Amino acid sequence: MANVLVCIKRVPGASGQILLTEDEQAVDARHVGWTVSPHEECAVELAIQVAAATGGAATVLTVGSSDALEQLRDALAVGCAGAVLVEADTQHFGPVDVAESIADVVRAHEVAGTTYDLVVLGNDAADTGDFQVGVRLAYALERPVLTGISTCEIDGDTVVARGDGPDGLEVFEVPLPAVVAVMEGGVSPRYPSIPGRMKAKRAPVETLTDSRKPVGSGRVRLKLPPEQPSQVEILGAGADAAPAVVDLLVKLGVVAK
Amino acid sequence: MATVPSSARVVVIGAGIVGNSLVYHLARLGWRDIVQIDKGPLPNPGGSTGHASNFIFPVDHSREITDLTLDSVRQYQEMGVFTESGGYEVARTEERMEELRRRMSSARAWGIESELVTPEQVAEKVPFLDPTVIVGAFWTPSVGVVDSLRAGTIMRERAQELGALQVVATVEVTGLDVEEGRVTRVRTSGGDIDATTVVIACGVWSPKLAAMAGAHIPLTPAVHQMISVGPVPQLAGTTGEISFPIIRDMDTFCYERQHGGDMEVGSYAHRPILHDPEDIPSIEQAKLSPTEMPFTADDFDPQLEQALELMPDVLGNPEVEIRYAINGLLSLTPDGAPILGETPEVQGLWSAAAVWVKEGPGVGRLVAEWMTDGTPEYDVSNSDIARFYPHQRTREHIKARTGEAFNKTYGIVHPGEQWASDRDKRLAPMHARQREQGAFFFEAVGWERPFWYASNEHLLGEYGDAVMPREHEWDARWWSPIINAEHLAMRERAGIVDLSAFAIFDVVGPGAMAAVQGIVVAQADVAPGRVVYTPVIDERGGFRSDLTVMRLGHDHYRVVTGGAHGMVDRKWFADRMPADGTASVVDQTSTYTTIGVWGPRARDLLGSVTDADISHESFGFGRCRDIEVGSLGVLASRISYVGELGWELYVPMEQGAPLWDLLHAAGAEHGAVPVGIGVYGTTGRLEKGYRAFGFELDAERTIVEAGMMRPKVKDADFVGREAYLKQRADDPATVLCTLTVDDHTSADGTQRYMLGGEPIVGRDGSPLVDGHGHRPYVTSAGSAPSLGKHLLMAYLPPDQAVVGSQLAVSYMEQLYPVTVAAGDATPLFDPANDRIRG
Repeated sequence: MANVLVCIKRVPGASGQILLTEDEQAVDARHVGWTVSPHEECAVELAIQVAAATGGAATVLTVGSSDALEQLRDALAVGCAGAVLVEADTQHFGPVDVAESIADVVRAHEVAGTTYDLVVLGNDAADTGDFQVGVRLAYALERPVLTGISTCEIDGDTVVARGDGPDGLEVFEVPLPAVVAVMEGGVSPRYPSIPGRMKAKRAPVETLTDSRKPVGSGRVRLKLPPEQPSQVEILGAGADAAPAVVDLLVKLGVVAK
Repeated sequence: MATVPSSARVVVIGAGIVGNSLVYHLARLGWRDIVQIDKGPLPNPGGSTGHASNFIFPVDHSREITDLTLDSVRQYQEMGVFTESGGYEVARTEERMEELRRRMSSARAWGIESELVTPEQVAEKVPFLDPTVIVGAFWTPSVGVVDSLRAGTIMRERAQELGALQVVATVEVTGLDVEEGRVTRVRTSGGDIDATTVVIACGVWSPKLAAMAGAHIPLTPAVHQMISVGPVPQLAGTTGEISFPIIRDMDTFCYERQHGGDMEVGSYAHRPILHDPEDIPSIEQAKLSPTEMPFTADDFDPQLEQALELMPDVLGNPEVEIRYAINGLLSLTPDGAPILGETPEVQGLWSAAAVWVKEGPGVGRLVAEWMTDGTPEYDVSNSDIARFYPHQRTREHIKARTGEAFNKTYGIVHPGEQWASDRDKRLAPMHARQREQGAFFFEAVGWERPFWYASNEHLLGEYGDAVMPREHEWDARWWSPIINAEHLAMRERAGIVDLSAFAIFDVVGPGAMAAVQGIVVAQADVAPGRVVYTPVIDERGGFRSDLTVMRLGHDHYRVVTGGAHGMVDRKWFADRMPADGTASVVDQTSTYTTIGVWGPRARDLLGSVTDADISHESFGFGRCRDIEVGSLGVLASRISYVGELGWELYVPMEQGAPLWDLLHAAGAEHGAVPVGIGVYGTTGRLEKGYRAFGFELDAERTIVEAGMMRPKVKDADFVGREAYLKQRADDPATVLCTLTVDDHTSADGTQRYMLGGEPIVGRDGSPLVDGHGHRPYVTSAGSAPSLGKHLLMAYLPPDQAVVGSQLAVSYMEQLYPVTVAAGDATPLFDPANDRIRG
């Protein structure tokens, strides 16, 4: 039986043109709403699958404002059994602060009798893209860490994990307890069902507060990269365009000639 | 970057269902050099059409909306994009069943096949619906779904095949140029287009576009939440888009509609979520499309639970997942009606906005006809953009009213129901005094109008059962027997009526007489001091208004018309002023207030406060003149809409309160009472057979059909003269009649009183059809206290339009016997009009 903790972050949804808030400290979500990154959607799915395969439970955790309850409930709706909200003013939190905050919960739950054999996270956050929390969390917990993972399962005392490497599929085996940072592509996240959604609405959420003082250099501001002019090449119109489309698909490697 | 032509005969902005329908119909009617643009790509540029649920329930309580819907269905069918599924409106409560019975009235009135069915009958066709949750349903077999995007493509292509249309996608409008009050140019990201006719068919973006030209399209983008769940095993074996009937769960304001293997659940139950047009994201900024906003799950959760109750096996299946969920944007207007027609602010700039997929093609045809010759087949008075008063165009008003109306989308709305929000916006000068008199206010275009006065409650004892009390709560809602008591007191003594809600405008200048003469049907070349009541008709001979015109001087006419339609009338006149500037329209609505004094004691009353000679010999009917009333200068006009001796008294707005007080003080000894609009608008006029615009009169009715022919037609030319002469020569296809209800007793012994909108049928319930192919329905209903009868007005087939004809009215699915009491405009009360001439 493996208990899995999956960590998520409330981030603005994706769109073609990113807007920043006026103070340039965050991405503006006004048109796109809030979600979690595709990596984290896959992490949640993996956590649920691993927990189900071993008879354990998946718990979802976030560090942030109470608005993130929405994302916790989304995870509860698709099958997480418990949820933890660490309420914190994360505006000035860096990756190390977030990692420490998560580590505190993992240790506290261990004291209270729940050990998380596996902690899964998204590879990097969709808004800030720091790519650090997984590694720093593993360091704080003195656990092995794998990043860029697509799928994983528990085999006895080890976790067997796979991810795409530069030369093809890489397979890892590390001893439990471990930390795994997930990239999208390995599993298809499920959608909630209506009963799941209603169960999630009523599920209790453990709420903690973290008033730590952020360490590190902090963020000055976010900046949008200069807009890339888009180049459109029209391949043709109607049936006459078909050969050109086929050539392009072959060139992209989507289909074989 | 797409580029646009440098000029066009007409530019249609928007390629949703409305713009696409419009370009097709314009092309069909002979328009060429049409340019249609949209900022999004085709066929789905990202507006509301792209995410519409695309189903159509034809029955609506509104005749015009039903006509537009049925016309749209015919067009969708002709294009091969309509799939009939049938549809149920299900009731969870007895109160809702009663509303469904009322819906049956509308179905019968508009000739649409529908029936009330049991829960078991619903479950037979929809086996995954739990019949124990509902008490019954309203079944309409002709309900169906359409492919509105495909329809749009077909219509654009048809216009292109005619060589009439050039479509340019992905260009955004950046400005609309206006010169001397007329639109001249559309500026776009792909270049400028010179055009003097431009149509805004931009759905939720329309207000933003109109503002570029200084015009107003008063709608707001509002959220309609929708989810799609699947895969549903119960739907797995079906083929095509839909094979099970659509369910409207009326009491929870939700619908469930099959879409292939998925089930869509939509809601009008969540809190109103209103947006500003300026805040809609661009295509690049949007997550899905600009009008598919991020789903706010918390708002939808309560609806999920209710939907689950109704379809537990489908929606309660843990394998059935919520695969798509949006806060879809649609357009709402402060009065719920579409916004169509040329803007009153800018000539040549048209609006075709606030239209649903179910009305789109019909509206496209209507606006195209309107743009072509000014006379669309269907009446447009309720959707004319000119109808709004300035306060109704404010953002706050729009938000208040649409916010209030949103949750009534599937609501049970009483025909007399009043708005609760944004009231007290237009107050008569005597408003404070009316509050002291216990006025119960109804609102008309912002005006707070006393409908009856609690201070008259004592009259109930005086008149006893003659006030025709109503025992059923629905019939008595938004009504009081005090109305009928005020009526009897006015007929016996005198009544004082606040008419501040009139719209008033002057036509002035050396060309005034010729201008008015060319617009109205009645002879306007009369001596100064004459008052003329007249129809206003269009080129096809349909009613555009009925109003009174006072000739105040050689070059000065004053037009007085109902407030509800006043702004449309003003535009109608203004549009027809001579090009040489010899006559012009000047709005006086906020300048003057009007008080009516009527009844057998009216002359005594007015005579006690004026030294003017107001005897019949000196001040005959149909005359107007300035008189002194106390120290107030008053324009008195001897006419009446209640069939009594008396006057309309016009004073500057600031003198309305003193005149009101003066009349009441003088009226006490004559037994005069304040009388509300309940009498003025219903009981008084019905007894006299007076027709009302918007009820008996609209653009689909003629003077002949309404029984309002005068012996002669003036020689001078006027709008619609030719059509009118032809109508006079032919037998009418339908005839307006007044009917009495012979027995009010329902099956359970309750006395029931119809409120309007009910179908008139044969005594045995068999349907009647007039020469237009229309079923008769009650245009107005109300008490006739002086006759002790409940009266109905209805257009009947000519062979039934004879006094004594025995028919029936269907009310809440029961038949009540009625008899035709007048087959023309003959009043049932005082048929010789002795009182008015007294």
